[in-house]
Amino acid sequence: MSTETRTVIVEREIPFPAEKIWRALTQPHLIAEWLMQNDFQPAMGHRFTLKGDWGSVDCQVLEIEAGKTLAYRWDAMGLESVVTWTLTPTASGTHLRMEQAGFKPDQTQAFQGAKFGWQKFFAQLEQVVAREG
Amino acid sequence: MDYMTSTHAALFRTLADPTRRAIFERLCRDGEQTVAALTLRAKISQPAVSKHLGVLKQAGLVRDRHEGRQTHYSARPGALSPLIDWTSQMTGFWQGRFDQLEDLLRRMDQ
Repeated sequence: MSTETRTVIVEREIPFPAEKIWRALTQPHLIAEWLMQNDFQPAMGHRFTLKGDWGSVDCQVLEIEAGKTLAYRWDAMGLESVVTWTLTPTASGTHLRMEQAGFKPDQTQAFQGAKFGWQKFFAQLEQVVAREG
Repeated sequence: MDYMTSTHAALFRTLADPTRRAIFERLCRDGEQTVAALTLRAKISQPAVSKHLGVLKQAGLVRDRHEGRQTHYSARPGALSPLIDWTSQMTGFWQGRFDQLEDLLRRMDQ
């Protein structure tokens, strides 16, 4: 169960040109307005932190192609993942796609289990949930 | 409240009570039961059991089915998915962020 990969995909047609969306995805003061406070720089390998009121996310730029693709590592609360943004121009604007691929955060679950004394409880429930689909 | 969404918090609050947890676990294990059957094993009064079931129902953890004078309760373990599956949490998170991004784009010049 610790090596199971999972993916979250959110995509949307946005009535704005890719160039404008790209700015919102890569300029720190704009990122702060829709995502989180950050020290992002559009440079390969750049390490940055996203800060939320609940904690922070450790990130690193893994892929960058201006106006088209941006990928960064997204590690937070035991979740190790990669977030990839893809921008595709359409007749009326841009198709924006976000894919987050990562592993199941066993550490987080262990932490929560220990914290609430529920480790066994969660293990049982997980089996039940798995069974029930 | 990003990762720890209010749903998340509500589930923790609901299951933090040991009696409630025991009732929920019993329903998960043994399947559908009436309030009377649950009361027999819970060592608390029937109104107290009903109250706990009400809280579990509100959190989406159990559902009830009325049959004559009896109410049957069963577990909805799927309600726990947000606690176990990070993808459920993150999907909600990103959908909210997409909304904020669109708001920002509307405010931006050009």
